[in-house]
Amino acid sequence: MLDARATILDVANLKTVFNTRDGMVHAVNHVSFSLAPGELLGIVGESGSGKSVTMMSLLKLLPMPPAEITDGDITFDGRDVRAMSDDELRRVRGGEIGFIFQDPMTSLNPVFTVGFQIMEPLRIHLGLNKKAARIRAAELLELVGIPDATARLKDFPHQFSGGMRQRVMIAIALACDPKVLIADEPTTALDVTIQAQIIELIKELRQKLGMAIIWITHDLGVIAEIADRVAVMYAGQIVEHAEVSELFKNPQHPYTRALLETLPDMSGTRSKRLRSIDGQPPALGKAPSHCEFAPRCTHAFDRCLKENPKRRDVSDNHDVACWWDAKTGGAADA
Amino acid sequence: MLNYTIRRLFFTIPTLLFISFVIFLILDMAPNDPTGNLPMTIPPEVRENIRKSLGLDAPMYVRYLLWCNQFFINEPLNLLYEWFDWCIGDCENRTRVRSWSTRSPVVDLIVERMPQTLWVVGMSYVVGILIALPIGVISAYKQYSWFDQIGTFISMIGFSVPTFFTGVLLIVIFSVWIDQDSWFWLPSIYDTTLVVDSWGNFWLQVRQMIMPVMVLALYNAAQLSRFMRASMLDNLSQDYVRTARAKGLKEKTVLLVHVLRNSMIPVVTVIALSVPQVFGGAIITEQIFRVNGLGQLLIIGIQGADIPLVQTLTFIFAVLIVLFNLVADILYGLLDPRIRYD
Repeated sequence: MLDARATILDVANLKTVFNTRDGMVHAVNHVSFSLAPGELLGIVGESGSGKSVTMMSLLKLLPMPPAEITDGDITFDGRDVRAMSDDELRRVRGGEIGFIFQDPMTSLNPVFTVGFQIMEPLRIHLGLNKKAARIRAAELLELVGIPDATARLKDFPHQFSGGMRQRVMIAIALACDPKVLIADEPTTALDVTIQAQIIELIKELRQKLGMAIIWITHDLGVIAEIADRVAVMYAGQIVEHAEVSELFKNPQHPYTRALLETLPDMSGTRSKRLRSIDGQPPALGKAPSHCEFAPRCTHAFDRCLKENPKRRDVSDNHDVACWWDAKTGGAADA
Repeated sequence: MLNYTIRRLFFTIPTLLFISFVIFLILDMAPNDPTGNLPMTIPPEVRENIRKSLGLDAPMYVRYLLWCNQFFINEPLNLLYEWFDWCIGDCENRTRVRSWSTRSPVVDLIVERMPQTLWVVGMSYVVGILIALPIGVISAYKQYSWFDQIGTFISMIGFSVPTFFTGVLLIVIFSVWIDQDSWFWLPSIYDTTLVVDSWGNFWLQVRQMIMPVMVLALYNAAQLSRFMRASMLDNLSQDYVRTARAKGLKEKTVLLVHVLRNSMIPVVTVIALSVPQVFGGAIITEQIFRVNGLGQLLIIGIQGADIPLVQTLTFIFAVLIVLFNLVADILYGLLDPRIRYD
């Protein structure tokens, strides 16, 4: 694992479970990653792989109970997040770490004006008065590319289109100049052209403001376009983690490989059938005792069903949690 | 919004005329006889004359038009005269809607009864709302907690046990079992003649209001707190709540500003829609505690076949219902920016 550089956010061994009526659900299983200032980390995985829960766990945004963080360390900007009081946590939320969520149609409160909703974090975190907050809110709307910003502060969310609402969400997330922006599938609910615009916007804002970004998605195409590093999640664990070009060039984990194969091939003239991964993602009722991907894996052998692999380094900036060695096609040494 | 309100008000006119006609028709078709309560010894010719003197010999449409004239024209003119001294037409000898049994103008009877009903039923409504809203909010926020479970149980009881049972139960406990000298003793009969002019009288007034108000408040609160809870739960799981938390807002702000504001939209509508019940709905409770309010007036009118009284009172309830439907729609538009009427 890489850790030579300075980190703004470091997560080690994070474990989050949900205590439900039908028993415990192991949503996040000992996830570790770190984020350098200004870096963009992509997190990929299918639905239910624990991407969002991991991010929500960071600032205890999950309903607790049923959710519970049972293990791990979260260090943000040199401070221990898990030990923080509610007040300290609130200062970090929206102040130092901004969030953008998946569905802009429902993420804004329908009965308050957009201006009110952007001004809220400005007033509580930066202590601005109403007038100053209003001016800053208009600047923010302009920054995210909404024309006629001052007038639009008085509008309600339903008067904006989906893409525009997501821009408003970005404005809210960036209101207090956060050090980290967590974008939880920010383009999933948008159509493709709007998606491209939002990606462009975030790229641009990142250059301007220099915050670090964690970008959660299930779209490998988006990751290829914007991320510096990628972590692939499966069943609540990071199964592979590498610099983005390295991952696409040299995928190690059978799951990553399978994911890459499911991408449609745009180069050929003849359309092939789209590939899919056979089987279902596992139910998370038990803590992983073996490789969770093994039942769907084409390379699985007996060890895969007995022991859960730890992440091992493949090269600098590239690690994988798998017993199978992609280079030799046999069992790995570790 | 103003345009919309005016247009709606305009449309209520034919609606109300139609309603008044239907009420008149139903009452006319009902098998009742205003002379039915008179002694059997009165000969049939005399009975016939009494009927004639009440105008019952005229055809139905004539009687309806007469009532319309009295209620829609003469009564408002009379109000103008009595309140502002504006005299239009013959002010002293105007024919007003008169009760058959008491011979006094129906509107005067209603005005006389209104304060008792408004005090008791209105107060119970206010108390009910004040109890229900916090219970609903807390029950939803702490879903399945002890508080929620107990609240659910009590509102189930309050909702399913009729007021004629809870009313009598309270009377048995607080007026019968408890000693009359005790501090907790409450009068079972509401004394309308009590004039509040001192603290002592005020205290008496409060004491005689406690039981009827509590009986009705329990019933109202039971209904409303369930509604509030459901509405809060609907909103608590919404994405915008997560956004509000992610902004770093205090839990109190999230709950009482973001969630409550959204949850109040349907609740306010329900509250507005049930205001007419305050005027007419507490018939049973008024009977039990002998509060001589509007509900009791209606019952007496029905029992005595006092058609003008029943007709007028029922029509006024209808007006209130139509009016508060409009109020509910307007409030809905004011609270929810997504609703636009123009």
